[in-house]
Amino acid sequence: MNKIIVENLSITYSDGVESLFDITLQIPANNITALIGPSGGGKSTFLRALNRLNDLADVAKVTGKILIDGVDILDPELDVIALRRKVGIVFSRPLPLPLTIFQNVSYGLELMGEKRKNVLNDAVERALRLSELWDELKDRLNDPAYSISGGQQQRLCLARTLSLQPEIIMLDEPTSALDPVSTAKIETSLLELKKDFTVIIAPHNTQQAGRIADYVAFFLQGKLIEFSSAEEIFTRPKDIKTQDYISGKFG
Amino acid sequence: MQNTRKSNLTKQLRIEKIGFTIFTIFAIATVLPIIAVVIYIIYLGSPAISWEFISAMPSDGMRAGGIWPAIIGTFYLTIGTAIFSVPLGIAAAIYLSEYAAANRLTQIIRMAIINLAGIPSVVYGLFGLGLFVILLNFGTSILAASLTLSIMTLPVIISTTEEALRAVPQSFRVVSVSLGATKWQTIWRVVLPQAIPGILTGVVLGLERAAGETAPILFTGAAFFLPRLPNSPFDATMALPYHLFVISTQVPGMPIQIQYGTVMVLLAFVLIMNIIVTVIRSRARAKRQW
Repeated sequence: MNKIIVENLSITYSDGVESLFDITLQIPANNITALIGPSGGGKSTFLRALNRLNDLADVAKVTGKILIDGVDILDPELDVIALRRKVGIVFSRPLPLPLTIFQNVSYGLELMGEKRKNVLNDAVERALRLSELWDELKDRLNDPAYSISGGQQQRLCLARTLSLQPEIIMLDEPTSALDPVSTAKIETSLLELKKDFTVIIAPHNTQQAGRIADYVAFFLQGKLIEFSSAEEIFTRPKDIKTQDYISGKFG
Repeated sequence: MQNTRKSNLTKQLRIEKIGFTIFTIFAIATVLPIIAVVIYIIYLGSPAISWEFISAMPSDGMRAGGIWPAIIGTFYLTIGTAIFSVPLGIAAAIYLSEYAAANRLTQIIRMAIINLAGIPSVVYGLFGLGLFVILLNFGTSILAASLTLSIMTLPVIISTTEEALRAVPQSFRVVSVSLGATKWQTIWRVVLPQAIPGILTGVVLGLERAAGETAPILFTGAAFFLPRLPNSPFDATMALPYHLFVISTQVPGMPIQIQYGTVMVLLAFVLIMNIIVTVIRSRARAKRQW
């Protein structure tokens, strides 16, 4: 079942940088879809289009369609807040808010007006367990989020996204600032999470896509060159550019 | 080759040393006048300082007694200025930093604020006289003087607050919005708390200037001689800077220690404001983690 349908999506920034040209693809539910390609190719722009975070950036023009569960999310009348709760994002650097560990995870729920302490406690515990942080951090929930390691911070950011019980989780090079051990922990979490969520990741290298992705989209200079199952892409790429990229001829 | 390199190195080290010395001398030079002024004032003013000087009404044509009504007056004027200028200034800065589009209107507002900061204070005084005292009929009063001082203080508060808001990393805003926050929720929960130390700096700079100004209150609220405490915002008041002007130029036979004693009290007033804000600010900064 396709969770996200993108048709002829083009995005132009007002300064013309990192635009997308005529992207069409379908992202299936409960799978990990990886967006690969050299940096500056439009992967971040694509991700940020899916929860309308591009609204904050200097986007000049968006054309085409993005349907999530059949709803056109580019509709100007759309409730973007509800969209962003449904489509969560983890950024490339660990970016905890300047709050405590607990407050970082409860932040999204508190924004919705949730004040009941037991509801917040339960939600924080559940999210921290999902990102496998609970055992490490359960005794220091009121410490500042910046007091934990970078790897823990990034998993905290994942927990923060999970606390809203989104349907789609996007990760924009989530492990680019992390050591191999923390990276492995995130990857394990993602393989677990895809049972309940649709995961879209811009992995920080092609190997990562190989380890965890079910589907792979290859972006080059704002264009979608190829999209198919990970197996197809890595064993029988149709486009010579895809082949060159995954074999390391450029990147 | 070895030799040239070595002599180059010594030369560079010598230049480094000379440069360092020059900068140190300049740094000390900026502090010296302040120290000299303070010592001079304490030397001439301290004989006047007594409990009576601080707590009593002036007497004998201000040549004796205390300056209590002027202290209280400056206190009221500072509070009054804060009541108007702090909320307005912070709100304006939030608008400019977080909401305003990069267009012609914003440009004009910014330019107006910059120009407002450059207007001589006596012009504010005349403006306040025209608008608050006469047109709005507040009379020569604490209210009119506070409003006049507020307008003068606004540019300082706005520009420092705006700078403090801009110093909060943009990534915090993006993260907050990505978690479903509205713009205002983001500002209220994340941006403002992080900007508080910077905002406090702006507030205190502005209010200190307001506390020490003479010209804006000259026509709008300051009383030449009023040996009682003001009893409403519509009452005129004595104030330290204007009192100082009066006793330095308008009263013959004024003992010099009373003039310098008044200066000492005004300096102490500003210093106490500074200390309070520094304490609050360092507490807020200690909580900051990025």
